[in-house]
Amino acid sequence: MTGITPIIELRDISKSYGNNTALSGINISVYPGEVHCLLGDNGAGKSTLIKMMSGVVPPSTGQILFDGKPVNLASPREAMAYGIATVHQDVGSIPLLGVARNFFLGVEPTKGWGPFKRIDFDKAGEIAIEHIRAMGISRVTDPDQLVGTMSGGERQALAIARALYLGAKVLILDEPTAALGVRESSVVIDAIRKARAQGVALVFITHNAPHAFAVGDRYTVLLQGRVAASFSRGEKTLDELTTWMAGGKKIAEDATV
Amino acid sequence: MSAAPKKTLRIVNLIWLGPAIAWLVIFAFFAIVGGENGFLTSSGTAGWLNIAAELGIIAIPVGLLMMSGEFDLSTGSMVGAASIIVAVGKSYYGISSEAAIALALVLAILVGTFNATLVERTKLPSFIVTLASNMVLMGTALGLSRLLAGTSTISMKDDGWAKDAFATKFGDFNISIGWWIFAAVLAAWVLRRTPFGNWVLATGGNLDGARRAGVPVGRVKLVLFIWTAVSSAFVGVMTTFEFNQGNATTGQGYVFQGAIAAVIGGVLITGGFGSVLGIVFGTMIYGVVSLGLFYTGWSTDWLSTFVGALLVIAVITNNVVRQKALTQGANRK
Ligand SMILES: Nc1ncnc2c1ncn2[C@@H]1O[C@H](COP(=O)(O)OP(=O)(O)OP(=O)(O)O)[C@@H](O)[C@H]1O
Ligand SMILES: [Mg+2]
Repeated sequence: MTGITPIIELRDISKSYGNNTALSGINISVYPGEVHCLLGDNGAGKSTLIKMMSGVVPPSTGQILFDGKPVNLASPREAMAYGIATVHQDVGSIPLLGVARNFFLGVEPTKGWGPFKRIDFDKAGEIAIEHIRAMGISRVTDPDQLVGTMSGGERQALAIARALYLGAKVLILDEPTAALGVRESSVVIDAIRKARAQGVALVFITHNAPHAFAVGDRYTVLLQGRVAASFSRGEKTLDELTTWMAGGKKIAEDATV
Repeated sequence: MSAAPKKTLRIVNLIWLGPAIAWLVIFAFFAIVGGENGFLTSSGTAGWLNIAAELGIIAIPVGLLMMSGEFDLSTGSMVGAASIIVAVGKSYYGISSEAAIALALVLAILVGTFNATLVERTKLPSFIVTLASNMVLMGTALGLSRLLAGTSTISMKDDGWAKDAFATKFGDFNISIGWWIFAAVLAAWVLRRTPFGNWVLATGGNLDGARRAGVPVGRVKLVLFIWTAVSSAFVGVMTTFEFNQGNATTGQGYVFQGAIAAVIGGVLITGGFGSVLGIVFGTMIYGVVSLGLFYTGWSTDWLSTFVGALLVIAVITNNVVRQKALTQGANRK
């Protein structure tokens, strides 16, 4: 993948909350069409890292580059304008609204003029169903079906589909499978693969080694706010990955990466 | 590309059905018990429709606001304040109807903005914020009317266009019924068809989710608070021309009746769920019960008992309906 510009790159980033150093000396590159897994124990700094990528908090020092150019992501809105989208674990869908209404929430397509301007439900429904199907959800065919009746995995897929439709170039997923069962997780993993195939760069935070192993192209392991290891797909076995995630410290001591 | 999406009857689109059936049952009950005393006559029908119309104009935006997750208990004072403005303005300052009405509506916009801003800034429940503004506004209107006119009831005379627009009668039926229908059609259109309606339900259904999706939740609530205040002022203006007098306290009945009609009409008190047609039926239930009791010959003391029981049943039913909506079509294996 060398030669290709990272869509988003963090250079020597650090972040302190008062005296508490959450992150220091972080270098990470995320490439289009790749899934970048962010691994690490609780409190390692994963959430802090993606908050900086999505404009929620500014870094204390260091530089963020978008498509090779230094940027200042002052707010989530600005990050979104660059095409950096975040799907949270709780997704944020509206259970009592239908699929199409959720998919287009805040960006509803309209037809008609002046006071007769109204949501174009035919268009909204068609596009929404088509795009969630492209994420591998085929059970939902009615744009009016309430999102509250969809499974957790399907809701994640809906959120991913929406982000892609709205032009996301970087998609950050903070533990999307954490609350899901095996089958639901595989729905999400599948959606991640489909998004990657569309050339999107994905940042995938997870505590689940098999999930990371299944889709990851690149891995960064954080340990107490520092990059403890970074490697590519195929350089580590699932067992090694599991060990890394369980207690990266031990290996970090006797192996230099 | 995709199979034609199949259309099913969804519970969310049938929220009004429960209130409609309840209204039918209650109407039938009073028709049987009070029919002989004239409940079914034209004047009996006009009686409950007239009550429902004025309440309904307020209950509709109160219901929309509830769907967005907020309450407005300042409606009653807004009715009274608007009525005082019109009566004092016309009787004591000799201003035109247009000017008096414009003043009342401007005050309504200010009150709505004030409510919305205070709720947004303090993060306090709107229930308490608007209860406070209800008292402040009523006290002020009462105080000013006594100060300026020496009385809390100010008579006013007008035979211009405003009298026609707000006080015309067709037999026993007030023109307010027409305004009510207009308000309902407008609100139903906005709620079901426009992006703003989607935002209202989203704001009440999941505030954080709506905000993250880019819905301007603060602006949604601002518009709804203003809508409610303006509708209340409208009723205040209307009754002033109808009864040829203004009174600062006339509207206090609406404070809870508006919310009650909305809840009986199927609006979820926690927000995110409801229909305008449902609110219309909820209001009609209120109208039928409050007038129907007269025709039964029983003491109208029982009105509160009846309404309270309805309210409990409605709140429970609404939650059940919500649950049902969330399991319908989930054909999970
Ligand atoms: N707003 C804050 N103020 C002070 N300290 C913070 C703040 N946010 C995070 N931290 C600290 O930064 C460190 C990293 O936290 P972070 O939430 O990024 O970890 P994480 O890797 O996402 O953990 P988890 O796996 O539990 O989600 C922790 O020590 C945490 O206490
Ligand atoms: Mg975290």
